[in-house]
Amino acid sequence: MVPFSYYVVLSAVLFGLGVIGFLFKRNIITMFMSIELMLNAVNLAFVAFSRALGQLQGQVFVFFVIVVAAAEAAVGLAIVILIARNRKSLNIERVDLLKL
Amino acid sequence: MTTLLFFALAAIAVAGAVSLILQKHPIHSALSLIVVMVALAGLYLLLGAEFISAVQIIVYAGAIMVLFIFVIMLLNAGEEERTNFSKMAAYVGLPLAAILGAGLVYWVAHEGSNAPGVPLAESATRPLAMLLFQDYLFPFELTSILILVAILGAVVLAQREKGEE
Repeated sequence: MVPFSYYVVLSAVLFGLGVIGFLFKRNIITMFMSIELMLNAVNLAFVAFSRALGQLQGQVFVFFVIVVAAAEAAVGLAIVILIARNRKSLNIERVDLLKL
Repeated sequence: MTTLLFFALAAIAVAGAVSLILQKHPIHSALSLIVVMVALAGLYLLLGAEFISAVQIIVYAGAIMVLFIFVIMLLNAGEEERTNFSKMAAYVGLPLAAILGAGLVYWVAHEGSNAPGVPLAESATRPLAMLLFQDYLFPFELTSILILVAILGAVVLAQREKGEE
């Protein structure tokens, strides 16, 4: 039986990697994927705590997080398409002005 | 056996996450992220959350990542171009992210108990459904409205304006 703190440590490591990816990548889509990685890390912590405390509410919360992530991906990718169409680039450093 | 599986899946997940950061091409990053998600689905199985594991594969790896790959291919995204890489991200961001990760790990290892945890019932799917459709019925219905609004928003944002091309 694996102690549940191992799961939470793994979740923290994945979250940290997501933060590093978000800070270092210059491509909008990859930055977006780093955010998804962070959401996944948090989900793992939720499920681990749900197991440790013997309560199912954590898993219900994961379900809602997945739904919100799906909605976020749909709207976010539409925005990415708009940016790519207007600026002809996916580099985040070219999206530093609100005005075209 | 369980410990061995845990460490194997954890290693796959961390390797996928590192690969996500190191890959230059977005499509390779997306495939790495799918590896992470499948490894996490295995970890959910180890934790006795079959339903979440299935949803992780079907919705996350299946639907959301396919959407990402669609967009990458639609935009014909090439390799990440290295412009005047903002030095601040390298000199300030990396130490801060490392401090955040180390702090989280330290806190968990320090404060966390090594209790193996209360075992859930054999199959948690049925009680989970009870919880979802009785206690959390209203939030559950609200999420359907959220999804509807998100679909409308995505369609309105991505459509071409009249007169454009």
